[in-house]
Amino acid sequence: MATPESYKILVIGGSAGSMPVLTALIKELPVPFPMPVVIVIHRLKNVQSELSALLSAEQKITEPDDKDSLLPGHIYLAPQNYHLLIEADGTISLDYSEPVNFSRPAIDVSFDSAVEAFGKKTLAILLSGANKDGAAGICRIAGSGGMAIVQDPLTAAFSTMPRAALNQCTGLHTMTVNEMIRYLRNISTKINTEK
Amino acid sequence: MVEEISHTDFTELLRIIQQRYGYDFTDYSAASLKRRFSRFTGFAGVHSTFELKHRLLNEEPFFREMVRYITVNVTEMFRDPSFYKVLREQVLPRLASYPIIKIWHAGCSTGEEVYSMAILMEEAGLLDRCRIYATDINEGNLEQAESGVIALKDMKEYTANYMQSGGISDFSNYYTAHYDKAIIRPFLRRNIIFFQHNLVTDQVFNEFQLICCRNVFIYFNRALQSRVVKLFYESLTSLGYLALGIKESLLYNDERAKFETVNLANKIFRRKM
Repeated sequence: MATPESYKILVIGGSAGSMPVLTALIKELPVPFPMPVVIVIHRLKNVQSELSALLSAEQKITEPDDKDSLLPGHIYLAPQNYHLLIEADGTISLDYSEPVNFSRPAIDVSFDSAVEAFGKKTLAILLSGANKDGAAGICRIAGSGGMAIVQDPLTAAFSTMPRAALNQCTGLHTMTVNEMIRYLRNISTKINTEK
Repeated sequence: MVEEISHTDFTELLRIIQQRYGYDFTDYSAASLKRRFSRFTGFAGVHSTFELKHRLLNEEPFFREMVRYITVNVTEMFRDPSFYKVLREQVLPRLASYPIIKIWHAGCSTGEEVYSMAILMEEAGLLDRCRIYATDINEGNLEQAESGVIALKDMKEYTANYMQSGGISDFSNYYTAHYDKAIIRPFLRRNIIFFQHNLVTDQVFNEFQLICCRNVFIYFNRALQSRVVKLFYESLTSLGYLALGIKESLLYNDERAKFETVNLANKIFRRKM
């Protein structure tokens, strides 16, 4: 496994029941967090969305345009109706192809592209949700030596998503929200002292 | 899904396609394209990257099938209603001053947005004076587009989009329902020409007052986006309009300075004099 200091990206996936967790994570995330953060949440299409505004209450969050650069200290939210892919050159590609796991954005698509681009330097978190999106992707990240965290199903409002991942592979780290926060702060400190 | 496609294999696949068939995918967004390749191998029952390369080298129909598969794009009528609203309110009145209005839909996919445009022009009383050139790299898309056939089940959503875009007519006047299909009525198709055009390799073919190229750039890297915007610049009349997808940007484009912004949220730009 890569050392925590080498992580290049944090990708967070969530669905039903993940909003309170995300809000807490964003609130407690050290500022500036020393790598780009990408958030993928299942959302309805073609409705006015307040999601970005809601989450931005704690820290500024942007819905990226295609080919925007991923910068440390920035938080990106996958826009409605597009898959968000991470390119090896550190830019974002959006994708309008068919939904995956009935979802667009799909968590698996972003997880897959992150590990494709950054390999074991990928850090990913899978939160509460009522379907199985993200399970395959986070298992691939774990399998590639990246850091793969799933929300403790006992603390998840909908445990289907974290359980799907835990049933599919080993090498995942189960954490409560407070443990995630502690872990992310720890990483942030380590990277900052490294500099 | 089969094995992951390694970087080396990916580069070699692109080289085979380019040398054998003349299609250049090298400046497509790598992450999206790799994903399309993987999905195609699953779809076609190809078991290894080796087999994929072998079949591409030796079976032209297999290649044709793959191009059709990987360049298929999902589209909708009146996708992003706010875009069509701005088009209706701010762009069409300007276009109305031209005796002949030429519009290019580059990357028109299966035509849903082309017919949306035809509806806008019809409602503005401009369709008779208008020529819509709708192009795509994918022959399968074009055949489907030309047929004017759309799944009836999608019409409910499209009707809602249409109304959100400021449409006030009865949307069902624009198609006839036939079993599970909706067929776009012939009067809307009267001034549309569909043909194949590859934005990567093909050139300027006419001069336009409006070019719509929505959700195509997302599949291109920055360098290719710049080259295509140059092509669009050369294909536009002075003060001609360029419309991109609402998540696409001219920000990283070498040609940015040659365009002014008409509406940033809906990504409508205009060629400077």
